[in-house]
Formats: sequence, structure tokens, C-alpha cells
Amino acid sequence: MSTLEIRELTAEVAGKPILNGIDLTISSGEVHAVMGPNGAGKSTLSAVVMGKPGYKVTGGQVLLDGVDILKLPTWERAVAGLHLVMQYPTEVPGVMLDAVLGEALRDRGRADDVARLDSMLRSEAARINFDEKFLERALNVDLSGGEKKRNETLQLAVLKPKIVILDELDSGLDVDALRDCARRVMDATREDNLGALVITHYSKLLEELRPSRVHILVKGRIVESGGPELADVLERDGYAAFSSGVESDDVSGDYLAGL
Amino acid sequence: MPVLTPDMVRSTGNSWSDVRSSALARASAAPFPTTDLEHWRYSRIDELDLARFVPTDTPSTITGGGSDAVVTHVPASAATADASLARLFPAADELELFAALNLAHMDVIVVSVPANKVVAEPIVVTHRLAGAGQAFFPRLIVEAGRNSEVTVVERFVSADDDVLLAVPALDVRADQAARVRYLGINELGTSSWLIGEQLSTGQRDSDTLLATVALGGDYARVSTAARLTGQGGNTRQVALYFAGGEQMHDFRTLQEHVSPRTTSDLLFKGAVQDTAKSVYTGLIKIHKDAKGSAAFQTNRNLTLSHGAWAESVPNLDIETNDVKCSHASTVGPIDEDQLFYLESRGVRPDVAQRLVVLGFFDEVLAQLPVGELATSLRAQVSRKLAIGDAS
Repeated sequence: MSTLEIRELTAEVAGKPILNGIDLTISSGEVHAVMGPNGAGKSTLSAVVMGKPGYKVTGGQVLLDGVDILKLPTWERAVAGLHLVMQYPTEVPGVMLDAVLGEALRDRGRADDVARLDSMLRSEAARINFDEKFLERALNVDLSGGEKKRNETLQLAVLKPKIVILDELDSGLDVDALRDCARRVMDATREDNLGALVITHYSKLLEELRPSRVHILVKGRIVESGGPELADVLERDGYAAFSSGVESDDVSGDYLAGL
Repeated sequence: MPVLTPDMVRSTGNSWSDVRSSALARASAAPFPTTDLEHWRYSRIDELDLARFVPTDTPSTITGGGSDAVVTHVPASAATADASLARLFPAADELELFAALNLAHMDVIVVSVPANKVVAEPIVVTHRLAGAGQAFFPRLIVEAGRNSEVTVVERFVSADDDVLLAVPALDVRADQAARVRYLGINELGTSSWLIGEQLSTGQRDSDTLLATVALGGDYARVSTAARLTGQGGNTRQVALYFAGGEQMHDFRTLQEHVSPRTTSDLLFKGAVQDTAKSVYTGLIKIHKDAKGSAAFQTNRNLTLSHGAWAESVPNLDIETNDVKCSHASTVGPIDEDQLFYLESRGVRPDVAQRLVVLGFFDEVLAQLPVGELATSLRAQVSRKLAIGDAS
């Protein structure tokens, strides 16, 4: 049983506050959705938790099973059991998937999995309808949007993290690929007890990735949390209903400057 | 600065003595280059004292090729040589200093492929250079007859300690529809100097590949001119260069389109680490008559440490409108997003860097004419990388 606990997290980019005190807790086997409009800080949240350069944490903690991972370099966060499925996976010319996953598994001390990596890749590829020929390509090079997300999902399945953050899994994805990827993530929550934090601005994704909790992120802060029905409210009323509350609550000059 | 003088030449006048003596006269008269010249800008030519070197025979071994190619080897000290081969040498009077020096002191290897012959097995020429203060002047001529095909690999090898000088020349002549693939590999020690000149000439519908892998040398410079003199000719140039320590690699390229509907493509990828330096300057020249031609040039450089330095200077000289041309050049550190992507999978930063650098070079390695060599060269690059010794 693992728990990712985000406490009072604040962060800025290029001197601008983007996250203004995030509190979130997610445990193994759970699916939580973080929904918010463009510019709410959704991608910043995933970048900060994974330690992407260019983001400055100004306060708070991110605890994975009680250990503050903000003090760890990115690769150690991953080895500790955290994984990020990127919205726009980076192309890495000339670097092959099996080379990267081989190193990643070695760093996790999983020698047995290194030995059977090839068969793992093939069976996982089949499971999400990812054509085996793409396994021979350099990372994300010459892959369509859907193939990139299948590739991300494949890596998730092989690495078996404790907690995954899925940043806009649905962007650049057709319906079939979305279903394949979402179902694999849901399977992992049952089979491997994966905890999934699903970041999206669009409730359609949640028909496939069914969250037990929904959090609404507006202007760098969780303004509302609830059950899956909250996504339906959002679908009906839009973000405006939640945004207005924030502005009247918050009078900090710094905070407004960051908008 | 003194140059090699006539009395330093061995008594080798017997082989092509006229060619050698006129080349020697030209070498004595040719001005010593300075970095004021564009062609020598950024170079380390002002550190070279030719008087410290004595010409000597190049110890070369030749393997492969089978019976389909005629290979002739005439060391500089040979008493006699086939006079009919003299047709393969350039006139000395216009040559620059190092080209003239090569012609004067040359050891000649001629690979001749008769028309319509396909030489299946690559020919491998290995120059194992040794001896402090020695200067070597190998000249490799590849003469590919009509519709013939040949692959030639030329390796330059020396130990790290020997301060020596190599002044090689390469002359590739691809007749009509001939296919020539050449790979030059610089595995010289870190005290060796190399100043090389390469010329390829492609006739109608010919196809040439000039590939280079440079890992060695103290200062290693190769100047390449790929000329397309027959309609429909195609030439490709690729290079991988990787300098570390205090090494410097220096490349000057020319893609010269003389005839219509000719195509050229160039991809040079380099990396520098420690306090190493590299220079790439490339010119695409399209003559007035070369209508319907296409020329592409790409140079990418990775600077792997703060003390390392790389320069990239692309140039175009186009005399007709009816052409397709492009050039691209970049110099910079490893892409931060690529590193983050790998690290976010749990790959250690140093290993991630190593993977990205090797991946960067893969585009060139994949185009080398001898696939098996690419594997060992990749391993050499990997060993040389100062970062992230992978398990």
C-alpha cells in the first residue's frame, strides 16, 4: 500500500506563482481526477511532482510513503515508484525503447525483468494494440499522437510504478487509442494496485478512466473535491461556477500578479 | 616557418620523378597558410613546424576486395613504378602547400575497378603510423569504371605518444553510373597531426558516399571537395566526429555542382567534451549550368562541457535559380527535455546523457557503408564518453 501526499504545494515558473497551495492525497488502487481549465496549473503540478527543470518549488511537501521526494532528483523519484505519462512525450532521436527501459529496470534492481524485457514489451504491446514495429523505432520519433500515448502506456505497464500521473492522456489521441490506453491503466489499478492521478480538462476521458475522486483545480488551487458526480456538475455548469469563488476569496497581490 | 626542403627528400626520385620534383618545387614556393585565410580560419595551423618532421614511407596494409579490383601499392621509396599511372596525378603548379607535399612524397595506393564489376567485399586500407618526428603522405586513388561498384575503408592508426604528421590525399573517380562508398576512420593517437585533402569526382549518374569517423588526433583536419561533373550524379557525405581532452577536429567541405540535375546531401554530426574544439565550415557551390540540382547540408554539434567549443559555418554560392538548396547548423548542449524524459523513467542522469549522445550519432552510424564497423565504432564512441559509464 502506497500513498502520495501533496501538502500545501506552491511553485512558480519564471518568477510567476502558478501553484498556490495544493493539497491532494492518493493511495494505491485509487483513481483521482484533477480537472481544470487551461492555465489552472495542471501541467505545472505534474512537472513539479516529477522535478522538471524550470519549475521552482516555493513551499510545501510531496510525500511518497512518507518520504519527501522534492529533495530527490527526478530519476530517484521514478525509482521510488512515481511515474509521469507526459502530455507531449519528447522525441529522443537514436535512443531505443528497450535501451531506456533496460537501464530503468536495472536502476530498480529488477534483473529478472531486464532479462525478459523483450517478451514483456511484446506482450504489453499486443495488449494495447501497439504495433510491434514501433518497438524498433527511436523514442517517440515518427510516431503519431496515438502511438506516442500507447508507447507511454506501454512503459507504464513495464515499469509498474506505485503512483502514476497521467497528464492530459487524451490530447492528440483518437478514440481507439484512448480506450486502449485508459483500459490498460484501469487494469493496472486492479492487477498491480496502481494509484492514478488523472489530469485533464475534459470530462470525456473520465468515461474510460473512472475516478473515485474528482478535484477541481482553478488558479493553482484545489477549489472543490468530490465523487465522480462532480465531473457531471462541471460538464453541465462549466469552470466559471468554480472560478468565481476563488477570486473573491483571494486578495493576495502576489497571487493576482500570477494570473 | 620552414617547410620540408628538397634536401630532406629521400633519394626516391625514381618513381614518377618528374611528378615528384615539380610537386616539390611547388611545395617550396607555396605560401604557408595562416589563419587570416578563410579556409584556415579557426585552425591550429600556426602551431605546425614542418621542419620538425621527416618524410617516410607509410606502413600500409591492404585486405579484402577479392579478385574483382586491381590494387596497386607503390611506396614512396620504391625504385620503379608504373609510368601509366602518372595520368592519375594532378598538375603541381596550382596546388596548395599540403597537396603539393603529398604529391612530392606520396605513397600511392590505386584501387581500380573495371567497368561493370561489383566488388562485393570491402577493401580495407590500414595505415599504422609510428615514430616521433615522422611524416606520412599516403595517396589513395579509387578509380571506379563505368557501372562498377566498390567500397573502400581507410583507417589511420597511431599510438598516443608519437608526435607525428599525416598528410593524406584521397582521390575518388566515379565513372558513369559507378557506385563508390568510402569510409575514412581516424583512430590516431592524441599526439598525432592530420592534414588531409579529399577530392571526389562523379560522372554522369554516378553515386558516391564519402563517410568519415574521427575520434583521434591532436589536431585533425580534413578538407573535402565533392564535385559532380556529370548530369544526374549524386554524392552523399556523412561524418561523425568526437573530440575530447585537448583535441581539435577541423572539417572543410565543398559540394560542387557543375552539371545539371545533380544532387548532394551532407550530414556532419560532432561532439566536443573537456576542452576540445571542433570546426565545421561547408560550402554548397552550384554553377550556372547545374540547373535542376538539389543540395542539402546539415551540421549539428553537441557541446558536452563548458570548456568545449564548436564552430559551424555554412555557406551557399548559387549561380542559378533553378535549384533546391537547404542548410542547417546547430551548436549547443544536450537537449534538457530529452534528458528529463529519460530521467523521468528512472534512468540515472549520466546514463541518460550517454544514451542521448549515442543516439545523436546513430543517424550517422546507420549510414556508414560497412555495418559491422558501425557497431565497433559505436563502442569506441561509448568508451570515449567521459560521462555515465553504463553498466
